Amino acid sequence: MSEIRIQQEDFDSGAEMAALEDDGGDAGAIASFVGLVRGDGGLSSMTLDHYPGMCESEIAAHAGEARKRWSILALRIVHRIGRLVPGDRIVFVGVASKHRQAAFEAAEFLMDYLKTRAPFWKLERRGESETWVRARAEDDASVKRWIR
Amino acid sequence: MKILYFAWVKQKIGKAEETVDMPASVTNVATLIDFLRKRGTGYEEAFKNPALIRVAVNQQHTDFNAIVHPGDEVAFFPPVTGG
Repeated sequence: MSEIRIQQEDFDSGAEMAALEDDGGDAGAIASFVGLVRGDGGLSSMTLDHYPGMCESEIAAHAGEARKRWSILALRIVHRIGRLVPGDRIVFVGVASKHRQAAFEAAEFLMDYLKTRAPFWKLERRGESETWVRARAEDDASVKRWIR
Repeated sequence: MKILYFAWVKQKIGKAEETVDMPASVTNVATLIDFLRKRGTGYEEAFKNPALIRVAVNQQHTDFNAIVHPGDEVAFFPPVTGG
């Protein structure tokens, strides 16, 4: 099964992992990624804007694509929106599979697509100044390796 | 036609969404941008450098050549930065 959630509230990484173990049935491997807000350069907060509806459909489309490419028993994606501060969790991606390679690769694939295709935007606040985060060329390069 | 704006595009234009009557001159995303740019300084500022803008039509990523229709939902935004 796939669970995809976009939410303002925090999530419990341990609870998400436990749910993956339950949903995964006879999975032999679970790989997960948790993204956190870094306090680089005096960052005081980060606010995530998003496109409701399209976020869910883009993520669901890539979850579907991941299921075609790898043998996935369960996957969970949680992405937060709204105002976050350094140390806060932003995103959880977890994949349960029979073997570790599929779990690792699918989790990386999903993260690369989240970063370059899912319509979220980060606004960083440092003191009194606010700046929109620019897309990174490295992320675009990273996603290219999955193109078939 | 429903038009949505996100991130700094929304800030420059000063609104998150609006409904516009599509003029006959608008056939695709490029001509829609030409039309919107004339609506005020905020729009002109937002669309000054179209290379910085990405577009979705009916919640699908696309490009400026995409054909648009009166009932479409068109969204303009900078390159995404989630994850």
